[in-house]
Amino acid sequence: MQNTAAKTFPIERIRADFPLLQTEMNGKPLVFLDSAASSQKPQQVLDAIEQYYENDNANVHRGVYALSQRATDAFEAARKTMAAYINAPDEHEVIWVRGCTEGINLIASTYGQRFKTGDEIIVSHMEHHSNIVPWQMLCERSGAILKVIPVLDNGELDMVAYKELLNERTVFVSVVHVSNALGTVNPVVDICNMAHEVGAVVLIDGAQATPHGKVDVQAIGCDFYTFSGHKMCGPTGQGILWGKRELLESMPPYHGGGEMIDKVSFEGTTYNVIPFKFEAGTPNMAGAIGLASAADYMTSLDLDAIEQYEAELLAYATGEMTKIEGLKVIGTAPEKHSVLSFLVEGMHPYDLGTLLDKQGVAVRTGHHCCQPLMERFGIPGTVRASFAFYNTREDVDRLVAATTRAVKMLS
Amino acid sequence: MTIAERQAEIIDEFEMFDDWMDKYEHIIELGKDLPLIDAAYKDEDHKIRGCQSQVWLHAAPEGDKLRFTADSDAIITKGLISLMVRVLDDQPAAEIANTELSFIEKIGLHEHLSPTRSNGLRSMVKQMKLYGIAQAAQQNAQANG
Ligand SMILES: Cc1ncc(COP(=O)(O)O)c(C=O)c1O
Repeated sequence: MQNTAAKTFPIERIRADFPLLQTEMNGKPLVFLDSAASSQKPQQVLDAIEQYYENDNANVHRGVYALSQRATDAFEAARKTMAAYINAPDEHEVIWVRGCTEGINLIASTYGQRFKTGDEIIVSHMEHHSNIVPWQMLCERSGAILKVIPVLDNGELDMVAYKELLNERTVFVSVVHVSNALGTVNPVVDICNMAHEVGAVVLIDGAQATPHGKVDVQAIGCDFYTFSGHKMCGPTGQGILWGKRELLESMPPYHGGGEMIDKVSFEGTTYNVIPFKFEAGTPNMAGAIGLASAADYMTSLDLDAIEQYEAELLAYATGEMTKIEGLKVIGTAPEKHSVLSFLVEGMHPYDLGTLLDKQGVAVRTGHHCCQPLMERFGIPGTVRASFAFYNTREDVDRLVAATTRAVKMLS
Repeated sequence: MTIAERQAEIIDEFEMFDDWMDKYEHIIELGKDLPLIDAAYKDEDHKIRGCQSQVWLHAAPEGDKLRFTADSDAIITKGLISLMVRVLDDQPAAEIANTELSFIEKIGLHEHLSPTRSNGLRSMVKQMKLYGIAQAAQQNAQANG
């Protein structure tokens, strides 16, 4: 088989950067195939966080002293790094949030305040619960109606149905860039163009896109984009919401508190400019610095090379796993990123997952926070192996061997 | 055999296995052997919803004792259920209510009772004890009434 990226990708050096990949699970060298839930962290990111606390720690935007200035500089430099990571035109459009979930809730709670009875919001059938529930809550408050783009049998969005859902009442479209349960890469450029034709605004959930390759929000043409740092080698509790300046400026604030104000008085308070308007309270400074360091780390490996390497790994895994009798891949879209969801006929995902765990292979089983999608396929859940650029063909071989053994035991 | 004796017997039985996979091989066998719950009880009323796997549990009083039957859609969960049933089935309600189930931990399978597993097993153990408490309370009331 063609094996181009794998030959030049410095996989050994990369693996050495990840302390947790050197450990054992249940007495076997760990094969970590649950990066879609949360990725492992390289030493460089751990060092950046430690170095921040050891040398630069002070509250940002507040002190006149040199240390606070240094912390502020590092914090704002991190914002700039993240803006560049998604090719945002202006770093002031980049808002620190805890993660994707908070990014979506922020938009639903602020931009969503303008929605009224009869307005239509579109999501898809493959959304993570975090891109369903905030919209349901908003619909309850506002009287807006939630519409759902169906998913085809191979795990692609039904774009014909999407076109039919769009109309002059459509005010908002919120769709996942890459499905965490199926791996499908959605045609986000088309999704945005079509929504804009009817005057709707688009949010893209990029949780599973930013860990696997280049994301360019300007090329996508979306209005908002959000993702979580912990899925792309960054620390937990820090993510990004990007939005177009004129939209962010038109939105009311989210949380009230320090940092987000211009002037506070009991007669009336005025708000700070973006991005600070949306960043009430002391921010997660170490998180921001850690995330920027993760972005630097991934960029230094070359995001195109990462994408290429992972694509070859997924193709290899798909080819080997489908040799197992009775194994069926859930999600076979032509465009996929690093997720292999599967079932074996007559076997429960929980049983397979448990037996893989005992063989040192960490996978996720269950509905992957996508219950409507599982219902769509009429299945209780899947076993999901998800890959990152630090996984190898040996990891795949271990997955295949462990699954083969589990299947034999369960037959 | 008392609950304690039955627990000790299972701990003994599992001492034979030093390899994880052998242990699971045995659990899977137990799962396959578990007498099926009466189809009539495999309904929403008897379902204990887990996130990962589902469990059905039925309890029926027999004198001062309780009889349990159970099932699951996952075979490993079913194997573990069969151990629970083996320990608690046909035991006095009061003892079921008061017993400490330590054998699962002793045979190294405690992780299956962890809330992160959400396989229905943890809720099932709780439910079995609740049946025990309710039945014991009823017997007390009858004895005193
Ligand atoms: C596609 C998708 N959207 C949203 C989320 C939520 O991310 P977080 O829990 O980090 O906020 C996830 C995480 O599993 C995801 O995979």
